[in-house]
Amino acid sequence: MNQAVEQTAPEFVELRIPARAQWVALARLAAAVVANHLHFSIEEIEDVKLAVAEACAAVIQHDGHGEFISLTCEALPDVLRVRVRDSGRHSAAPAEGRRMNFDEARVAGLGIFLIRTLMDEVSYDVHPQHGTDLVMVKRVTGRPE
Amino acid sequence: MDIKVNVREAPGDCYVVELNGEIDVYTSPKVKDAIGTLIDRGVYHLVINLEKVRYIDSTGLGVLIGGLKRVREHGGSVNLVCTNLQIKKIFDITGLVKIFGIFDSEDAAMKALV
Repeated sequence: MNQAVEQTAPEFVELRIPARAQWVALARLAAAVVANHLHFSIEEIEDVKLAVAEACAAVIQHDGHGEFISLTCEALPDVLRVRVRDSGRHSAAPAEGRRMNFDEARVAGLGIFLIRTLMDEVSYDVHPQHGTDLVMVKRVTGRPE
Repeated sequence: MDIKVNVREAPGDCYVVELNGEIDVYTSPKVKDAIGTLIDRGVYHLVINLEKVRYIDSTGLGVLIGGLKRVREHGGSVNLVCTNLQIKKIFDITGLVKIFGIFDSEDAAMKALV
């Protein structure tokens, strides 16, 4: 199970979960398995898990989210591309988080801040009618011995 | 997946909240309830032990921030016990290392309570 990935064409793993909190663990576990398949380091796998969980949580906590969240993991050589989509109706992009002082500490936007920090590339599109479409890319940097 | 919450009284008019498991969007309400219940009872000095926490996300961080804000309104404090490097990394990149006292042992966290 832990053999090096040799394919050059992308392989896709897709998962659709109910947009409810108890299913987020399944989404992050699925992403972790794909990241492990690509031989990400343990720290990188944890980064991917958290980024996926934050993306799912952001959907769930946002008013007007859809019934399902779709997770697509695209495994390329040394690159993981993760897409998280929901079918809800949204009016604004997620708030951007930043490093906080106590007086301004707030949770809003912290999730997207973590995603941007932990992943190498992040883009998202929030469509009022078609929901959120978040794409994150993580590249392998440290292979385990 | 679950979070186990163990609350116990400690010397020095403080309480220890020991967490075991994963703190995420699903489990964080249970942690919030435990901390909120203590604060409602007038406990304003808390040590939250994260040694057995394997994972925390922004909703978990939000619960800790919320607890800290509430106790500080009463002159209290919250110290954390955390030895997990990945979780320490999350506190570091979010800047929360500057607002929480983070210690490697429960004893050190209790001694440092204001």
